[in-house]
Amino acid sequence: MSLPGWAEDLRREGAEQLNELGLPTTRMEDWRYTNVSAIGKTRWTGSDGRGDDVSREELERLCFPVFACHLFVFVNGVFAADLSTLRAGSPQAEVRSLARLLEEEPDSLRGVLGAQASPKEAAFTAWNQQELRDGAVVRIPERADIEEPIHLVFLSEPGTEPTATHPRVLVLAGSRSRASVVEDYVTLGDGTFLTNAVSEVVVEPDAELEHVRFQREAVTGHHVSSLHARVERGGRLACHSISLGAALTRNDARTTLLGEGAEASLYGIYLGTGRRHIDNHTTIDHAVPHTTSRELYKGVLDDHSHGVFHGRIIVRPDAQKTSAEQSNKNLLLAQGAQIDTKPQLEIRADDVKCSHGSTIGQMDPDALFYLRARGIDGDEARRLLTRAFVSEVSGALRFEPLRDRVEEQLVELLEEGA
Amino acid sequence: MALLEISGLHATAGDTEILRGIDLTLQPGEVHAIMGPNGSGKSTLANVLSGRPGVEVTAGTVLFEGRDLVEMEPEERAREGVFLAFQYPVEIPGVSNLYFLKAALNARLKHQGKPELDAIDFLELAREKMKTVEMDEALMHRSINEGFSGGEKKRNEIFQMTMLEPRLAVLDETDSGLDIDALRIVSGGVNSLRSAERSMLVITHYQRLLEHIVPDVVHVLAGGRIVKSGGKELALELEERGYGWLTEDAA
Repeated sequence: MSLPGWAEDLRREGAEQLNELGLPTTRMEDWRYTNVSAIGKTRWTGSDGRGDDVSREELERLCFPVFACHLFVFVNGVFAADLSTLRAGSPQAEVRSLARLLEEEPDSLRGVLGAQASPKEAAFTAWNQQELRDGAVVRIPERADIEEPIHLVFLSEPGTEPTATHPRVLVLAGSRSRASVVEDYVTLGDGTFLTNAVSEVVVEPDAELEHVRFQREAVTGHHVSSLHARVERGGRLACHSISLGAALTRNDARTTLLGEGAEASLYGIYLGTGRRHIDNHTTIDHAVPHTTSRELYKGVLDDHSHGVFHGRIIVRPDAQKTSAEQSNKNLLLAQGAQIDTKPQLEIRADDVKCSHGSTIGQMDPDALFYLRARGIDGDEARRLLTRAFVSEVSGALRFEPLRDRVEEQLVELLEEGA
Repeated sequence: MALLEISGLHATAGDTEILRGIDLTLQPGEVHAIMGPNGSGKSTLANVLSGRPGVEVTAGTVLFEGRDLVEMEPEERAREGVFLAFQYPVEIPGVSNLYFLKAALNARLKHQGKPELDAIDFLELAREKMKTVEMDEALMHRSINEGFSGGEKKRNEIFQMTMLEPRLAVLDETDSGLDIDALRIVSGGVNSLRSAERSMLVITHYQRLLEHIVPDVVHVLAGGRIVKSGGKELALELEERGYGWLTEDAA
């Protein structure tokens, strides 16, 4: 499969940047707490296609609840048509394999792909770009109103050698459209893997998009991601970043509000068990006046896990009437668990409303006792309170089955421990 | 057999000894009031009976239907039929009242070897019981006690009690913070539960509650001991004379 020239140029640019930058080290401020040297030392093999055949049954177990209308499955980064379904009669959303689209319409994404995600100063994005080949392209036409979520599954099936995949997602929400896209990262088997995903999202004027990254990979691998979103005039973006799996997770999410009336809501849930490490870096850039952002990230950290939250809010000099709220709350369930949380506000306009706050706490003993005093056993009471803690965030998910699954899976994984 | 038999009970909270030798027997169907000044150990006694962590029994026994209550986990006590109406009901955002109460009721039913209720039967029962405490159904769909007024929280406690039908109900200053109307409603709920099999321990600072929930016996707790017991008229005497004449000896 050959790529058009401009895409080859992107790959070359990625390679050059990666070569120049190298992987980040803990001497860099943004990577102080997150050590990726193990990723750098590993000899990763590319992921040429599929290993053993994945059955539909297995797939549905891994990425329950499956939204059957629009299910697109990528195995080790390559589109798997036989596992995917696009039900006839719901032609509103155009979802394509990037590789196929580039082959069939070589010019269609020129200047669009890579327009948000710059490889400069971003080694993992550069690496992803160097490996550019397949991924998902979702185009929501103007005024389309799509009720069912578009479910994109990225299944890692590592072989005996450490396997790296570099998924790429491009979501273009046309003006006045309404849709929901779920990126779902799962693992089959217990080999060593790296997922290095890059998502680009554009919300055109007055469009409403829900974008969910649900990461529930095995602890035998690492997950690095970056999300680059742009919201235009009157557009509304709700981003959910749910990190339940992988030994090491690093998510960078950058949202730019580029038109008046643009709104972004950033929701995050992360779970730490064993020695897992979860690092969320978010940036919200209020580039013009009259934009709004809300951010709520909640972490549940047990055992010796380590969470990092870094929330940056930028208000540009003329972005008056900006409203920005940021909150990071953490539930520490063990003495050895740790969280480093840091807001960073860079406010260059004077007529703005910005607030931020972070909390770190243990499970409320009075609440626990109250439940037990009514006959609910200790373990169940702790499950209920943990679910309740994250439900403030998961409650913002549009689809109840997904909401339930996120909460259930979090509690299940917490009980399994490391 | 006595429903509850407390003998020589000593208990500490933190490093401080709060209860210093309590003897108290409740027969089935009896309602006893525990009165006493602040700091006399009333709430500690409630905590010992419900199994709140942080309170330690250092001597004596508490038998519930002849079995050692102190050895039981709080949830076991609840399933056996011990109910504490909290002085300060806890707000628990994110856990719905109805979900919680259904789990609590089914845990008790299962323990009794009775069939558990499904959602429909549960809701029907809950609606019926809500009326006895004039509880707004909308509150039931909210999180546990979240944003409830003081009176609504206390009514919710009594509503839970009517749902769970305990053998022993311990009411810890249920009257505190209630206006007259709420007091009447809460007392009505409690009185509707009085029966030959059910016993109650009503802990209060004021005589006012006992006009509505008339006790068989009144005990005065001071300095961690019961310094006087008597009939319901003892409460009136305390109202008139205060606690001073009883507590001088205890201190």
